[in-house]
Amino acid sequence: MGSQGGFYQSKEFLDLVKSIGEARSKAEEDRIVLGEIETLKRRISDPDIPKRKMKEYIIRLVYVEMLGHDASFGYIHAVKMTHDDSLLVKRTGYLAVTLFLNEDHDLIILIVNTIQKDLKSDNYLVVCTALNAVCKLINEETIPAVLPLVVELLAHPKEAVRKKAIMALHRFYQKSPSSVSHLVSNFRKRLCDNDPGVMGATLCPLFELITIDVNSYKDLVMSFVSILKQVTERRLPKAYDYHQMPAPFIQIKLLKILALLGSGDKQASENMYTVVGDIFRKCDSSSNIGNAVLYECICCVSSIYPNPKLLESAADAISRFLKSDSHNLKYMGIDALGRLIKISPEIAEQHQLAVIDCLEDPDDTLKRKTFELLYKMTKSTNVEVIVDRMIDYMISINDNHYKTEIASRCVELAEQFAPSNQWFIQTMNKVFAHAGDLVNTKVAHNLMRLIAEGFGEEDDTADSQLRSSAVESYLHILGEPKLPSVFLQVICWVLGEYGTADGRYSASYITGKLCDVAEAYSDDETVKAYAVTALMKIYAIEIAAGRKVDMLPECQALMEEFLASHSTDLQQRAYELQAVIGLDAHAVESIMPSDASCEDIEVDKALSFLNGYIQDSIEKGAQPYIPESERSGMLNISNFRNQDHHEASSHGLRFEAYELPNQTVQSRIPPASLASTELVPVPEPMYVRESYQTTIVPSASSDAGSTELKLRLDGVQKKWGRQTHSSATSTSSSTSQKTVNGITQVDGSNTSNSRTRETYDSRKQHVEVTPEKQKLAASLFGGSSKSEKKPATGHKIPKPSSHVVEKSHARKSSMEIASEKKASFQQPPDLLDFGEPTVKSAAPSVDPFKELEGLLEPTTQVASDENHGSTTAAAKSPDIMGLYTETHAGIYDKDDSDILSGLSNPPVTNMFGGTTSMQVAQSSKGPNLKDALEKDALVRQMGVTPSSPNPNLFKDLFG
Amino acid sequence: MIHFVLLISRQGKVRLTKWYSPYSQKERTKVIRELSGVILTRGPKLCNFVDWRGFKVVYKRYASLYFCMCIDQDDNELEVLEIIHHFVEILDRYFGSVCELDLIFNFHKAYYILDELLLAGELQESSKKTIARLIAAQDSLVETAKEQASSISNIIAQATK
Repeated sequence: MGSQGGFYQSKEFLDLVKSIGEARSKAEEDRIVLGEIETLKRRISDPDIPKRKMKEYIIRLVYVEMLGHDASFGYIHAVKMTHDDSLLVKRTGYLAVTLFLNEDHDLIILIVNTIQKDLKSDNYLVVCTALNAVCKLINEETIPAVLPLVVELLAHPKEAVRKKAIMALHRFYQKSPSSVSHLVSNFRKRLCDNDPGVMGATLCPLFELITIDVNSYKDLVMSFVSILKQVTERRLPKAYDYHQMPAPFIQIKLLKILALLGSGDKQASENMYTVVGDIFRKCDSSSNIGNAVLYECICCVSSIYPNPKLLESAADAISRFLKSDSHNLKYMGIDALGRLIKISPEIAEQHQLAVIDCLEDPDDTLKRKTFELLYKMTKSTNVEVIVDRMIDYMISINDNHYKTEIASRCVELAEQFAPSNQWFIQTMNKVFAHAGDLVNTKVAHNLMRLIAEGFGEEDDTADSQLRSSAVESYLHILGEPKLPSVFLQVICWVLGEYGTADGRYSASYITGKLCDVAEAYSDDETVKAYAVTALMKIYAIEIAAGRKVDMLPECQALMEEFLASHSTDLQQRAYELQAVIGLDAHAVESIMPSDASCEDIEVDKALSFLNGYIQDSIEKGAQPYIPESERSGMLNISNFRNQDHHEASSHGLRFEAYELPNQTVQSRIPPASLASTELVPVPEPMYVRESYQTTIVPSASSDAGSTELKLRLDGVQKKWGRQTHSSATSTSSSTSQKTVNGITQVDGSNTSNSRTRETYDSRKQHVEVTPEKQKLAASLFGGSSKSEKKPATGHKIPKPSSHVVEKSHARKSSMEIASEKKASFQQPPDLLDFGEPTVKSAAPSVDPFKELEGLLEPTTQVASDENHGSTTAAAKSPDIMGLYTETHAGIYDKDDSDILSGLSNPPVTNMFGGTTSMQVAQSSKGPNLKDALEKDALVRQMGVTPSSPNPNLFKDLFG
Repeated sequence: MIHFVLLISRQGKVRLTKWYSPYSQKERTKVIRELSGVILTRGPKLCNFVDWRGFKVVYKRYASLYFCMCIDQDDNELEVLEIIHHFVEILDRYFGSVCELDLIFNFHKAYYILDELLLAGELQESSKKTIARLIAAQDSLVETAKEQASSISNIIAQATK
């Protein structure tokens, strides 16, 4: 044990590992590792250490780094080691660099040369090692340096090399699709490689390519189906069997690909039905891997054009998963159910109780998966139950990442299916109160927009009811301590807009509340800014209505404070407030019309109102403005200026976004449009305004003087400020605006619910007892038979809002009965408990070093067949290898073009009439093929798989 | 795609890490700490999958060692569980009933094997035999190199006597 590979390690290293193993605390471990680092630092820089020693040092470095310490001082030595001539040293060097360096590390440039050399080596093991490094280290910049070499290796006589070359190309494709886009045909070619390993590896890049562009690969449907058919018929070498399944990993990959190709394509799907049905029948649902394949079948069936028989098989498989005791299988079943209900919603009903059990399960993973399912089946009849459950769960967890996700899902569902305004507001309040700081600010803006626009139906009273109930609940909530900032912003905004709208609350009451907010959260400038603006709106409404405005004393004190604030934004708002209060009713009405947050603001992008000024300047001898695109030889300057004025616009973020595009795009697009296309998609209002402001500059200023530019910019900025809700008191813009949500579209946006108003009294059950469980089930699933709009389509309603909650379409689950059982009788004592003795399971272990032995035990028992195979393999390995290379050589010579043409135009009859086509092939190819064919026939008679690669395997594809 | 592979002992000690997506040293430490906190505390009957920062982590315990792989949301968890098992079977065959000590003292060997199984975050080879053959070829090369080296040093030693 351990001796097999232990030949290079010195006692020193063994001692190190041991002492770390015995360390009782992290601090002690750190101390040992730091000592080791010192030793290594000292020794490694010694110029003449023998290679073997050096190799060990490098491995020790890897160890140190694995424990989380910095070993960067030795990276360069690892790099040097890759240059070595001897493979064993080189291999260690490559291993170390692939573990140490990320693709953006500076040292990589030093390795590229070595890699190039090694890729050309005539020792295929060297080439393999280099290809491993290529996959990890080559980055976008260095791809061209090795690309031709890698492409050459696709035709290497060793299958291991071809396989790795394929993987390397795939990696290149992921890093920079354009660099290898012309080589994509190579993947198709390699699909008919006679080595199943290479073929299997090719499926990875093909899967990715097909994900991106399905249509260009439709011609491969028949090839994939035929490969899958051959795999399931056990025509691959037995070495690819795994737990008695024929090449399950390849089957899974193929099923994934078929799912993509058959999606929404009836014709393609029809070709797949037979083979997928076969797999359903043949899959061994007692093994974990069998279930993995079954699950992939379900995914495939739910993605391709529906076929009733297959759907039935899928539903059967799902119910087996859900009824299983294994959590992994349940998880998988829930996931699969989520996929299938999109096609046949009725299948959920029979599994109601199983789903509810999963929802109640203490296992978080399972619970979350179930929430995902519920999310997919939400409709207006069950939204209350589901969202309530989600919120309860959200409150109970600490995982911020998931909290964010589930919060945004709640928001999405509430927006889409809310049965009443009241409920909607309450739900949103709960979400914000508990996850306010986690939800995207877009969600908050969305909520404001929703309140401002209402649900979009013509019914105005419903909208005002919504607003009043929002105001009321917010006033109530303000009493609670420690509200999240985002939530406070929403509250301030709503109070400002609608606080006094229904006349129930007086202006002084609302302003008092707003002042309280500003005082209570005095360290949050954004909230204070929102509060001031809200105050301004309240006063503006009062003034416009002709009422006399009395500023509360605390409000006045607040303003005093803000007028002297360090934040220029707050100051500005305070001054604006002061200015507004001094104006008469008419002026106020036109600068701050009430409830105009949804009005469009017309922005005169061309700044035509400045034309007169420009005319004057030109007459006075100023130079006319030359658009940047027409300024030759001044690229750098204009560029610089551009950056400059972005700095001036006080938005650090913009600065970066500009730098790159400007240089390339400049020549084609005039700056004005550039700026606006770049910026406008950003949903937050401040950016929108800023984009206007930046577009103004180039088109309006008549003289090229940069001081002039800046001057004007300043003016603009002051007028419009950068903050979201400052109202513009500017006189320059003809349309005066009131706090605008930035999203200017007025129409659309609305969710579909105000119509469904069923009140569901089934809300608060807890599912401890069975009748209650059933009730819950009824409230969750009951509506499904009613012809309600399906949730899936509901989600598709395009919402103008930018708030898009990604519906991560679930995934899958898994589990294995076998391994679970295994675990129970396994658990041998923990050998490596260097520390305190831990609870040991009772399994007696004679030889403590065999502790992992249990792992393979099941294999021996369950898969005696396979083990048998392996022993014979070991015994006769030279034989088999010989066979392998022989067949391999025989086929390798085959014309590539032949393969290609065959593949792109696969004769359909071949896969079914395989025998005839093989006979043809046989007559032309001599005894080698004939042997194999006979063997194959024999094998099929006996129901066994041949142990050598079957040369006919992929021949069927092209006859 | 597999983003990383971790082997953690029950005491939270790292036995092997392989990163297929870029993570800085700092992030790596954080990931390991976070995940070992989550995985080591999970009960034996629960799912072998964990939600983690929008990814899935599939883990399986073998004796005192946890094998973990981090995958994308839309990967097949059950398949990954079997990839883990596949890896363990190969280790077992190579070391001859593998134990944690083998992996501790010969972690570089485990890396070589992993490199033949996974490449660029994808399953590269699903045949145990092929992998075993490749590793054996590499090892035998190493052996001959060693023999040569020792014979040369013998010659030198004799010559310089």
